[in-house]
Amino acid sequence: MKFTWFNLMPWPYLPDDFRETNRSVWVDIDQRLFDPVKSHEVYNTYMDLLEYAGSLGFDGIGVNEHHQNGYGIMPSPNLIAAGLARRTKDVGLVVLGNSIALYNPPVRVAEEFAMLDCISGGRLVAGFPVGTSMDTNFCYGQIPSLTREKYAEAHELIIKAWTTRDPFAFNGRYNKLRHVNIWPRPIQQPHPPVHIPGGGSVETYDFCIDNTYSYSYLSFTGYLRAQALMSGYWNRVEERGAPDKSPYRAGFAQTICVAETDEEAERLYAPHIDYFYNRCLHVYPGFADAPGYRTIKTIQTGALSQYGRPQGFAELTWKDLTEQGHVIAGSPETVRQRMEEMIKGLHVGNVFCLMHVGNMPAEKCMYSTKLFAEKVMPKLRNIFPEYADDDRFWCKPLAKQVTPGSLPVAPTRAPIPAE
Amino acid sequence: MDLKTVQTPHVPVRYFEGGAGPDLVFLHGPGGVTADDPFLNALATRHHVYAPLVPGYGDSEEAPEIRDMLDFTLHTWDVVEALGLRDPILVGHSMGGMIAAEMAAIAPNDVTRLALIAPAGLWDDEHPIPDLFSTLPYEMPELLFHDAKAGAALMTAGRDVEDPGFLQQYLVANARQLGMAGRILFPIPERGLHQRLYRIKAKTVVVWGDSDRLIPPVYAHAFKKGIKSAELVSIPEAGHMVIVEQTAAVVAAVGRLG
Repeated sequence: MKFTWFNLMPWPYLPDDFRETNRSVWVDIDQRLFDPVKSHEVYNTYMDLLEYAGSLGFDGIGVNEHHQNGYGIMPSPNLIAAGLARRTKDVGLVVLGNSIALYNPPVRVAEEFAMLDCISGGRLVAGFPVGTSMDTNFCYGQIPSLTREKYAEAHELIIKAWTTRDPFAFNGRYNKLRHVNIWPRPIQQPHPPVHIPGGGSVETYDFCIDNTYSYSYLSFTGYLRAQALMSGYWNRVEERGAPDKSPYRAGFAQTICVAETDEEAERLYAPHIDYFYNRCLHVYPGFADAPGYRTIKTIQTGALSQYGRPQGFAELTWKDLTEQGHVIAGSPETVRQRMEEMIKGLHVGNVFCLMHVGNMPAEKCMYSTKLFAEKVMPKLRNIFPEYADDDRFWCKPLAKQVTPGSLPVAPTRAPIPAE
Repeated sequence: MDLKTVQTPHVPVRYFEGGAGPDLVFLHGPGGVTADDPFLNALATRHHVYAPLVPGYGDSEEAPEIRDMLDFTLHTWDVVEALGLRDPILVGHSMGGMIAAEMAAIAPNDVTRLALIAPAGLWDDEHPIPDLFSTLPYEMPELLFHDAKAGAALMTAGRDVEDPGFLQQYLVANARQLGMAGRILFPIPERGLHQRLYRIKAKTVVVWGDSDRLIPPVYAHAFKKGIKSAELVSIPEAGHMVIVEQTAAVVAAVGRLG
């Protein structure tokens, strides 16, 4: 199993009446709710928590890209990952990912990911999301019905830039580049492993299967609701004639809270779960799905969006959220049982553990994270022993890594030139 | 109105045809057009009307290779050519007005009569046009109609909005139609027309509903200013769907082109 500790980086100071007084947490969220001075501490605490998780035996620490978003103050995950690369060792840096249709030209992603891979000593796990409609269309202005074509071209260009050793010309529809020749290039060969976040479209299943990429379902609604989607993926893996059904071909994001007992978990974490599920996820439905963003095939098979006039807001309680599986919470034993059910049920080898939730303060987050790392994770390690050697979907760090911050003593006179 | 198909280099195009009189090509807005459209039928009392569907609208085939404004403009000229028409009266509403204006700007000697009804295509920072693509169905009537209540009744007539089957059909149609429209309207419905407007030589009527809340009437003046031989017809008690709310007045305005 590969466990990645993930931080969405929510803004922790949304007011109590946020839903009543604001249309959306995303796209047109009120600028005035962001306090740059407070963010200084928020960012640094969030990065500290990622580093802390990196010291506890998680396989990866994870970051992602959102724009104009009150629950994800990380428009550039690469900046955060660069900071983490310097202050962590051995742990994978899972950047899930860069919305490659948004970069002009996308060789920027090839370059920045290469830099991260070089700085971290080959610890990068690269993610290429199409991006949500909120980010891609409404914030970054991409034309919905051309987004996928642009994404496909960006992907082709990045992989070619990573794997071609001589300058080449790229005559794309969206990118015309006469001299593609990235400097630097990644340590990992032929390129870092790629994970693709998806939301149930058959096209994305096939894209992952054909390229040996891991398919990640990043929902906040938990494993019980993910069953149909992940079954669809595994059926497709079989139909498409993939050579194996390795669980590492898939990943899943799950909100997790651990305490000594189930009661303690509720007492400690319920307010923060409430903050996230009932405040942070307040997205105006008009931004959810710009017409043309999803393919017709996906609409015909997928769940229907809410298009009705809002009828007030339902509050999801701790009981709702834990029973319906949005959140796996409780004692280490409760969490272990449910995690095992999730991992086996969905057949996923990569788990993105959402362990900082909403406005959770650092101490509670550390408590939950440490309990998970010490009392839950070790018991889940060997669920898929037959695939223990499958390293196609994970980073391959250099055996010998430098220690950042280990310059020699400052010279007091001109150094003697090396012979 | 008869629904027919004409072959063009990119894609077979579906179009409505009916009426008798001078040839007139009507280009529909982002909402599309149907055979029972009151405006189309009113035009057909005095004109031989052709109303081609943008690829992806109604039951027509999609055209993935039509991506940008030039593609839309030349494709629509291809349609006119395929229909065997020479210098038809060119009429466009909203998105269709944008395409018609582009056609007249790119081939000024081929269009002598042009009617632009609340056309898209210009942008004024002082008067931003609401984002149609993030507008929910229940919010539409307020933007589109002078009388929002009557408009809402029109938009939902004969439809069971609670029926999941209808909803799925609606979402598919929306993805096909507005997905295509988005190629020239998203996220800002402006593709450089302002720097080409001067090329239009056609006798032009610019028609606008006084209470258009989608593209406010201030844009009417910008079109009038930009096109040399343009006349402005303002229509009271009408919103963006002026062709539905004041059908006769719009037909009369088109009639001024002779």
